[in-house]
Amino acid sequence: MIAGPLIRSLDRGATIFLTICAAATILIPALNLLTPESFFLHVPTYLVALFGKYVCYAILALSIDLIWGYCGILSLGHGAFFALGGYAMGMYLMRQIGTRGVYADPIRPDFMVFLNWPELPVYWYGFNYFAYAAVMILLVPGLLAFVFGWFAFRSRVTGVYLSIITQAMTFALTLAFFRNNFGFGGNNGLTDFKDILGFNVQAQATRASLFAASVIALAICFVICRAVVTSKFGKVLVAIRDAESRTRFLGYRVESYKLFVFTLSACMAGVAGALYVPQVGIINPSEFAPANSIEAVIWVAVGGRGTLTGAVLGAILVNYAKTTFTSGMLAPYWLFMLGAMFVLVTLFLPRGIIGTWRHWNAERQAKLSAAREDGAAVGEPTARPAE
Amino acid sequence: MESRTTTSLLYLDGVTVSFDGFRALNNLSLAIEDGEMRAIIGPNGAGKTTMMDVITGKTRPDLGDAVFAGSYDLTTLDETEIARLGIGRKFQKPTVFDMHSVEDNLLLALAEDRSARAALVWQENEHASRRIDSILDTIRLKPARSRLAGSLSHGQKQWLEIGMLLAQEPKLLLVDEPVAGMTDVETQQTAELLKEINKTKTVVVVEHDMHFVRELGVKVTCLHEGSVLAEGTIDQVSQNDRVVEVYLGR
Ligand SMILES: Nc1ncnc2c1ncn2[C@@H]1O[C@H](COP(=O)(O)OP(=O)(O)OP(=O)(O)O)[C@@H](O)[C@H]1O
Ligand SMILES: [Mg+2]
Repeated sequence: MIAGPLIRSLDRGATIFLTICAAATILIPALNLLTPESFFLHVPTYLVALFGKYVCYAILALSIDLIWGYCGILSLGHGAFFALGGYAMGMYLMRQIGTRGVYADPIRPDFMVFLNWPELPVYWYGFNYFAYAAVMILLVPGLLAFVFGWFAFRSRVTGVYLSIITQAMTFALTLAFFRNNFGFGGNNGLTDFKDILGFNVQAQATRASLFAASVIALAICFVICRAVVTSKFGKVLVAIRDAESRTRFLGYRVESYKLFVFTLSACMAGVAGALYVPQVGIINPSEFAPANSIEAVIWVAVGGRGTLTGAVLGAILVNYAKTTFTSGMLAPYWLFMLGAMFVLVTLFLPRGIIGTWRHWNAERQAKLSAAREDGAAVGEPTARPAE
Repeated sequence: MESRTTTSLLYLDGVTVSFDGFRALNNLSLAIEDGEMRAIIGPNGAGKTTMMDVITGKTRPDLGDAVFAGSYDLTTLDETEIARLGIGRKFQKPTVFDMHSVEDNLLLALAEDRSARAALVWQENEHASRRIDSILDTIRLKPARSRLAGSLSHGQKQWLEIGMLLAQEPKLLLVDEPVAGMTDVETQQTAELLKEINKTKTVVVVEHDMHFVRELGVKVTCLHEGSVLAEGTIDQVSQNDRVVEVYLGR
């Protein structure tokens, strides 16, 4: 029952993508750990961490593309789900510090001791267990998305109104998490992590493993997204995206479809955030900033909305550009460049990089077959739900 | 003409719909019998499409009843529930899923479990592909099966939408202006197709094209300013003084 959809969903592009993932999972950690620094292909640890961060962003982009590219739900608040997953991981990491904190309290993290909190709040219970944290990483973003979506989709909030309330949601969470008495470290967030699953988070081998884990997570999320979008469910999503009310008149309960895919997408964003936090070493309320969510949407637009590989490519390319430019003298102008990139892509490459490439390909194919059939009226591109 | 004794399949009584004080439907009453085909005519703005909106749950009436199959109050159900009761609709402006192939448009319309769960685990099956094949034959779109619906001509889209209606296997078909943009031959074919469909299903068809309505040869209702102006055979209706006045007045 599961194998069928999975096999059907893996076309050539998907196979290439997964092959690249497999190669990256093995090669990058190997080149980092097993080769001497003098070796010309050696990957320094700082690059492993940087790539790991990009991969987490790619998972976030994938989750946004699933709902925006295929179902037309433009969430401008997906950074919130990412950050919630990140906080859940951060709480686990905080509780691993134990007596190694500045105040050496075995139970309470430093910021609680500093704030004179007599004991650990109930919602921090259980986070000393990785399994519990792992469940929370999926559950907390998933539950928020479910409740939010339940109200929004049932009341048929769509389009720009939905985008605005998702922005409001992430903004409200920023404010909440900034407060010290909210219990998540306030302004400073959660940091100074020591161990993850008993391994030093700073250690080279841990970083390489986290990178590999992120790529594997990306591959799994990709396969799940492919299975969803190539199923009949995916066809319904595209139908909803293009003609929502028509889909209702066919007897589909549109809000159930939206709710499922929105919740699934939020869980993926949560996983992305959870893998991100140990690699960057900190999670604070700025991760909820509305601008972060907008930036993530731009990655998807650049790479190609409605093409899963495009979302991944967009996330990696834009963030690579960001790293390059924000570390030089152009740093103050990065936001202008990001904005310009978005405007230029919207104007000249509305399908994004992968989308444009596929479109050209389809047109070329159509021309070839038209030429072959000599004038027969088959010059139309055939359907590809992935577009 | 028809002397059925069954209770009406569709029953509208005193339906009134106002848009900002303007009455698009004004105390409209109409009964469609099971198995009947009814043609609805009327000048632009008469309220024909609004009537379909009321029946399919898109618009809620301010007053009046809309009852399906004697027991379902359509004014309290939403579009999805009404569609699942077996009321299918073809829109005035053809609305197909442009980014899907012709085949997938039919697949989405096919009478199958519409739940999200069923759609996730759905697998291609013999029954579905046979149904799609036979509908493609009926609507003469077999050569276009894998083309994007968005690339079809206006007339082909109309046919595809009729095909989607068939795929839904509804009890009642609401067909809004099916022959707009069609050639005479296509119009003729559409009339035959609808007559064929009517052998097993109840059909309400809205149309301006008088040749087409005459071709159908069924009872005609003329709407004007949101209520019924005249009802009867096409000859009776077209000789009705008030109908003539309304049509000449426009
Ligand atoms: N949502 C709406 N808001 C305001 N006015 C509306 C709305 N829908 C319809 N109307 C008005 O109600 C009247 C009836 O419209 P309707 O579309 O039902 O007419 P129709 O008989 O289908 O006409 P046509 O032959 O042009 O399709 C028109 O005057 C139209 O402008
Ligand atoms: Mg109309």
